Amino acid sequence: MLANQSGLLLRISEEDNVYVLLRPLTEGSCLQFGEQTIVCETSLELGHKIAARDISSGERIIKYGAPIGSATRDIRAGEHVHLHNIKSDYIPTYTLNSETD
Amino acid sequence: MSAKTEFSGFLRQDGRKGIRNTVLVVYLVECAHHVAREIVYPYRKQGVHLIGFSGCYPNQYAFDMTARLCTHPNTGAVLLVSLGCESFDRRGLAQHVKDSGRPVETLVIQERGGTLTTVDQGQAWLEKTLTELEETTTRVTMTVDELVVGAICGGSDATSGITANPAIGRCFDLLVENNASAIFEEGGELIGCEQIMADRAVTRALGEEILSTMEKTARYYTTMGHGSFAVGNAEGGLTTVEEKSMGAYAKSGSSPIRGLIKPGDVPPTGGLYLLDIVPDGGARFGFPNINDTAEIAELIACGAHLTLFSTGRGSVVGSAISPVVKVCANPETYRRMSGDMDVDAGRILEGRATLDEVGREIFSQVLVVAGGALTKSEGLGHQEFVLTYKTFEPIGPACLPV
Repeated sequence: MLANQSGLLLRISEEDNVYVLLRPLTEGSCLQFGEQTIVCETSLELGHKIAARDISSGERIIKYGAPIGSATRDIRAGEHVHLHNIKSDYIPTYTLNSETD
Repeated sequence: MSAKTEFSGFLRQDGRKGIRNTVLVVYLVECAHHVAREIVYPYRKQGVHLIGFSGCYPNQYAFDMTARLCTHPNTGAVLLVSLGCESFDRRGLAQHVKDSGRPVETLVIQERGGTLTTVDQGQAWLEKTLTELEETTTRVTMTVDELVVGAICGGSDATSGITANPAIGRCFDLLVENNASAIFEEGGELIGCEQIMADRAVTRALGEEILSTMEKTARYYTTMGHGSFAVGNAEGGLTTVEEKSMGAYAKSGSSPIRGLIKPGDVPPTGGLYLLDIVPDGGARFGFPNINDTAEIAELIACGAHLTLFSTGRGSVVGSAISPVVKVCANPETYRRMSGDMDVDAGRILEGRATLDEVGREIFSQVLVVAGGALTKSEGLGHQEFVLTYKTFEPIGPACLPV
């Protein structure tokens, strides 16, 4: 966990390539990843996932030290990780606007 | 441990002990539902609960579930309400309840002159039976090792798997250490956890049974075209069914898995058990469980005296027969809905408590509720119940190795 963001991001298991947000993030807030500053494009509720490093399309997403799905496109460190960029390796996730899946 | 590990229970003829002395009013088809509900209504805060089966066509699972629930240790007496022409074997059920030593009565609406007279006769029976139960039920000392405790999550979000579920897991470890029975359920939200679960089984053969159950589960939900995943789960930050599974799995704690049971199987000894709720023989009657309530009823049919319910989004449900202890995972949900929540596990996220502390708090809460204290959902009058069509084969010998 980065020092200037302590209390904001949680990495549950050491192998995880995603963080969990411990507090809500408002649109436009900044996250510092190494040299890079990532600006949050939408507001996010606590519990949502943020990429801990760059993840390539097709790569497994690891949380709790276990695979929870695969990236459907390249994801940059600091980006929101959710339905728009990962998918289940088991059963597709149903959403109310499923035509955009 | 600060909480008392001994409390007062109700002794039943089969030697099992209950933590409540509930009177069940059971409708045997939807057509008898209204009459049964009218009978219960004035007595709903006096320990009279309504359960039933809506279907008119026979189903062995529905019969077995009802028989288990009518002879559950928390059940003291049973009133069956039948329309008269449905297929449910009301005589077989009444005999089963009678053989268990409980007071039982059957009212057939078509024979009793219709709605009003049946309601009057039902309420007269309740008056008599409530007094009788109070006078005749034997109170005994009960200890923690005699408890069966279930766990379920509902209205999950991304906090469930970090706070409430692992805290319930710690409580499960304490229960198992104290030789109580702890049951976690497999409702399609353990997909992705099959190998780690199999590795925790007490025998290799049980591990293989767990793997084949999980294959059945994945096949079944794939046929349904829908995982055990609701729209609100995604709004709460969960993206895939296997992510939800990893969080749900944390409820099981770290004890070895002692057995694999199906709805209605009562754990033979203390320890950790996995409940398989996915029907056998292919997808015949639709979703394995249409909602959380159906799953709670199955945990109760396995003898659960109470159920630990983890929620992040904020479920308000309780249950007929056995109390539900609500463990709230999300601190913002707790602040919004504290009147419905028994334990605030979201404190873990905000650094105000550790997992171990909340795990011990849930364990204490189990003992306090077992001793008679009402949970939030009980106090609010929640007595949700649902039972649907299903098919199960009996478990094989490898499922209960000890």
